[in-house]
Amino acid sequence: MAEPAPIDPLQTHELASHKHDRALVSCGWDPTGQWIVFGAEDSGVHRLAADATTPLTLPAAGAAAHDSWVWALGFTPDGGRVLSGGYDGRLGAWPLAEAGPAAWLVPAHDGWIRGLAVSPDGATVATCGNDRLVKLWRTADGTALATCPGHESHVHAVAWRPDGQGVVSCDLKGFVKEWSPTGSPVRDVGRAEALWKYDTQFRADIGGARTIAFRADGGQVAVGGITAVSNAFAGIGHPAVCLLDFAAGKQDLLQEPKEKQHGVCWGVAWHRQGFWVSLAGGGGGGWLRFFKPGEATEFHAVKLPANGRGLALSPDGRRVAVALADGRLSLYGLFAKA
Amino acid sequence: MSRATTSPACGSDAHRLSRRGLLGGMAAAAAGAVAARPALARVVAGSNKRVLQIFLHGGVSQLESWDPKPGTATGGPFRAIPTSVPGIHVSELLPCTARQMHHLGLIRSMAGGSDDHARGQREMFSGRNQPAPLDVPDLGAVVAKACLTDDFPLPGHVLIRGAGGGPGNASYLGPRYAGVIMEDAKPPAFTDRPAGLTAEADRRRAALRARLDDRFTGRRRSADTDAYTFSHGQALELLDQRRVFDVDLEPERDHDRYGRSEFGRHCLMARRLLEHGVPFVQVNHSNYDTHFENFDFHIEQLGEFDRPFAALVEDLAVRGLLDDTVVCVMSEFGRTPRINAGYGRDHWGKSWSILLGGAGIQRGAVIGRTNADGTEVVDRPVDHGHVFHTVLRAIGVDSAGSFHVGGRDVTIADPAKGPITEFLA
Repeated sequence: MAEPAPIDPLQTHELASHKHDRALVSCGWDPTGQWIVFGAEDSGVHRLAADATTPLTLPAAGAAAHDSWVWALGFTPDGGRVLSGGYDGRLGAWPLAEAGPAAWLVPAHDGWIRGLAVSPDGATVATCGNDRLVKLWRTADGTALATCPGHESHVHAVAWRPDGQGVVSCDLKGFVKEWSPTGSPVRDVGRAEALWKYDTQFRADIGGARTIAFRADGGQVAVGGITAVSNAFAGIGHPAVCLLDFAAGKQDLLQEPKEKQHGVCWGVAWHRQGFWVSLAGGGGGGWLRFFKPGEATEFHAVKLPANGRGLALSPDGRRVAVALADGRLSLYGLFAKA
Repeated sequence: MSRATTSPACGSDAHRLSRRGLLGGMAAAAAGAVAARPALARVVAGSNKRVLQIFLHGGVSQLESWDPKPGTATGGPFRAIPTSVPGIHVSELLPCTARQMHHLGLIRSMAGGSDDHARGQREMFSGRNQPAPLDVPDLGAVVAKACLTDDFPLPGHVLIRGAGGGPGNASYLGPRYAGVIMEDAKPPAFTDRPAGLTAEADRRRAALRARLDDRFTGRRRSADTDAYTFSHGQALELLDQRRVFDVDLEPERDHDRYGRSEFGRHCLMARRLLEHGVPFVQVNHSNYDTHFENFDFHIEQLGEFDRPFAALVEDLAVRGLLDDTVVCVMSEFGRTPRINAGYGRDHWGKSWSILLGGAGIQRGAVIGRTNADGTEVVDRPVDHGHVFHTVLRAIGVDSAGSFHVGGRDVTIADPAKGPITEFLA
C-alpha cells in the first residue's frame, strides 16, 4: 500500500463539496474522523460522511434539533455524540451514527449560545453566550455543573486548555478569562484588544472572538476576529488572529493577511505540524490562510469560492472542512494532488 | 454589498438648541419664508394634540422587529413572540414593546420606497416622493404649525438626538416651525446668566438691545430682521423655561425604568417635553444600517430601544397623554429579506414595516401583509405619503387641505395619496 502524500499546505486543493439548501454557519469534525457536522441558516444539525457524502439531518425523524441556527458544535472524544449549541439557547447531544433522537436537550443560556467546547477527557462541556455567562455541563447527561459570571459583554467563544486543567472564554470586547475545570474563576488572562472597537459613528460595539483555539502545548491561545475596523456596519476591517502568550496574557503577535482584504477570521486551528490555519470571510471573499507561529503574515493562502464561516481540521490533519456562505461544505486536502 | 451612506444631521449651528444657535441661525432659514396659518389647521391649535416620532436611523430590519418570519430562508435566527394583542407577534428582540402592543398598531405593507438613505429619510419626513419639485416642510414643522398657539413659550418641533437624522426642515412655513435640535437631552447650552451679570444689569442690557433693534427695524425691516427678532424672543422665553429641558429633574426611579443609556435619557426627555405640551418631538436612535452582522447589531440596538420605548408608551398611556399623542416608529426604509454573505441585510424599500399608535389610531390593528418570506407586499401597499396623511388626520388636521404660500395654495400633503382610513380610530 502506497504511503499517503505528505502534508504540505502549499499544495492545498479542493477534494469534495456538499451543497446544502441554506447558507452554512458552522462545522466540526468528529474525533474519530468518520463524520463532519455542520449548522446552517436553519434549525438543523446536519451530518455528512467524511468524504462529504450521504447527508442526513439529525435527528433522522421528528422535530428539528433546535429552534434557531446552530452556531456551536462539539463532540465526545469517542465520536459517539455531537453536542450542539443553538441561538435558541438550548444545548443538546445527538447520537451520531444512529441519528436517533436527542440523548439530552436542555435550556442552557438566556439568548444565543455562541461557543461550545468539550473537555479533553470528554467529561465536561463548556458553553458561553449572550447572557454573559460561561457554563459547564456534564457531557453524559446534560446536568448543569457550574455557572461562571464575570464577563461584562456577550461571551463569544470558549476553549479548553489542552491539558484539561481549565477553560478560557473571550467576550465581545476581547477580554479573555480563565476558569477552573469546576467553574471557579482563575484569572483574567488578558485582552485581544485589537479585535474590538466601539464605532462612534454607528454607536455600537464590534469585535470579540469569532473563534478561539490553543496551540497544542498550551503556551499560546489564538483569538480570531476583525481588526482595524473603519466602518462597523459594513464590515470594513481586516481578518486577524491575536496570539496571546497564555501565561503572561500579553499579545505575542497579530497575524493578518498580506493583502488587507476586508473580512473576519471565523475559524482558527493549530495544526500538528506546527502552523496555524485560519479561515476568513467578508468583503474580500473567503480565504484559507496558513501562518507560521512567529510570523505576522501568511506563508500561503487559498481563495475559497465563497465567504468562509466555519473551519474544522480532520483528526489526522490531512484535510480541512470549511462551511461556506453559499451553502457548501467543502473539503480541502493539505497535500499534493495524486 | 452596499456601503453605508448615512446622512447625519446637517450639524450647523442653525439647528442647535442654544441661545447662540437660536439667535444666529434662524435668520438664514427664515429668508423669504412666508406662510399663513390655514384655517383648517387652526382647529387643532390648542387642542393639545402631539406627535412623538422615534426615528430608527439607518433602516431597522422589519424581520427583526415588526414583521418576523421565523423558520424561513429569510427569517434569520430570531423567533417571534406573542404580544398583548392576540394574534400579533413581533421579534423576540422586543419583549417590552410586545407588552405595550395594545396601545399601538403596525403597518406591514410599506412599499415603493427608496433604497437610498438621504432620499428615503426625506420621503419619510416630508411625505413626498423625492426629488420633489418644491421644497416642502417636514412632518414636525407641519404638526407644529397646526398645533402651536401664539403664546406657547417653547419650540413646537424638537429633535432629540445623539447622531443622525435630518435638520427638521420647515421650508416655507418659516423659522418658528423649524426643528430645534437638542443634543443629548441636556438643557440648552449658554442659558445660565453668567455669574458676573446681575439680574438688573441683564434687564438693562436687554432694554438697550430692544431700543437698538426697534430703531434698526423701523428703517430696514425685512424677513431677516423679523426672524432675528422672533428667534431672540424665543431664546429669551427659553431662558425662562430652562428647567423644562433638564431631564435630570425626573425622578431617579424613572431613569432606572428607562435605562441609563443615551436613548433612555432621550425617551425620558421626550416624555418631559410632551408633558409640557410640545407638539412634535422626534427622538433619533442610531444606527441600524446593518450591512454586516445584522443580527448582532440588532441585538445591541433594539436591546437599547425596547425598554425605554416601552416605558415611554406605558407612561403616556398611564398619564392620559396617549389619547392626544400619535406615536410613530419608523426608518428611512427596511432591510433586505435576503441575508448577505456577511450576515447582513442591505437597504430595502419594497416591503417593510413601521409602527403607529396612540391618538386617532386603531390600537392593536395591523395594516397590510407581506408574503411568506417577506419579499413582497401582498395586501394594502402604502408608502410615506399615506403615512404622512394618516398621522395628520390622527391629530385632526385635514391633510387634504393647503397652505397659502406666496400667493398660491400648496397642499399640506401629497394630493396623490390619502390617509389609511381603516387605520384611523
